[in-house]
Amino acid sequence: MAMLDFINRILGKESQSSKSVAKERLRLVLVHDRASISPHLLNALKEDLIKVISEYMEIDQSALEVNLNSEDNSVALIANIPVIKMKRNYAEQPETNQPTAS
Amino acid sequence: MGEVIVITSGKGGVGKTTTTANVSTGLASMGNKVVMIDTDIGLRNLDVVMGLENRIVYDIVDVTNGNCRLKQALIKDRRLDNLFLLPAAQTKDKTAVSPEQMKELVKTLKKEFDYIIIDCPAGIEQGFKNAIAAAERAIVVTNPEVSAVRDADRIIGLLEAAELREPMLVINRLRPEMVKRGDMMNIFDVEDILAVKILGVVPEDESIVVSTNRGEPAVLDMSSRAGQAYRNIVKRITGEDVPLMNLEAADGFITRIKKLFGVK
Repeated sequence: MAMLDFINRILGKESQSSKSVAKERLRLVLVHDRASISPHLLNALKEDLIKVISEYMEIDQSALEVNLNSEDNSVALIANIPVIKMKRNYAEQPETNQPTAS
Repeated sequence: MGEVIVITSGKGGVGKTTTTANVSTGLASMGNKVVMIDTDIGLRNLDVVMGLENRIVYDIVDVTNGNCRLKQALIKDRRLDNLFLLPAAQTKDKTAVSPEQMKELVKTLKKEFDYIIIDCPAGIEQGFKNAIAAAERAIVVTNPEVSAVRDADRIIGLLEAAELREPMLVINRLRPEMVKRGDMMNIFDVEDILAVKILGVVPEDESIVVSTNRGEPAVLDMSSRAGQAYRNIVKRITGEDVPLMNLEAADGFITRIKKLFGVK
């Protein structure tokens, strides 16, 4: 086995050093560890998302879902945000809450 | 007033007790008055690592229960007059001491000692909470392998939640020849993942086994590589700026051949 490793290494055939595998696996597992250990983090993110998105559209806050999904070698933040209504002419009327002068 | 440092890791067997023994002995050999507290109740080991197992009369639980005075339970080191050990109890469990009792105990010790070094048990339960309750700084010990680094990350999170910010990391049992062939994470890999300051790197060294066999900390052995690494760590704790030891010598033959042919 050691000989085979040696030959592979000479020929540059080793796919990836075990150190990079370790580092990559750690990176992924720590994303999950940190998120699940501090649910507070995801909740804070959720609140901020609602705040930002609500400036542009009306969303169903109760049905909003934010999760971390992992594929083989990546983690993605997946947000499912049901939209109820788009705000009209956002750019033209940035202060929609202001009463309009007659 | 003394400084209170807890030595912790999450995972067992990474070298907390060895680090506690060497850091404490090193600090004492520089002239500081040092006391070590073994908080691993039920699984005490700092006494044997220090070679003081035959001198124990009272332990930490005797002190917190009021069976003896604190002074009576402190064991003076065989080599250094200014180094003391407060041993853990072997027959009780980890709930025998409370975080409040630890704080009280440390408060008393701070008046007399320059450094109070607390050896934390493995795990994140009561024993860990006791050990960190009175600490002002934390040293996290890890090994360059996935399970130890993962646990270190968890511990760093828990320390931060307990207001112990900016822990210092000791990477223990690093094997330069494995790092060289890409089969072990190096200092920068671990630093990158954990994003904390590195206090020191200790190479895997047979002299640690020998010194533990004898009950004599390697930090006093001038020929030991690990001892040298611990001496550097001690200097950094006291504020001296010492560069990291060069553990990774020049590239090996294979690396050079591969570089020659542009193989990554």
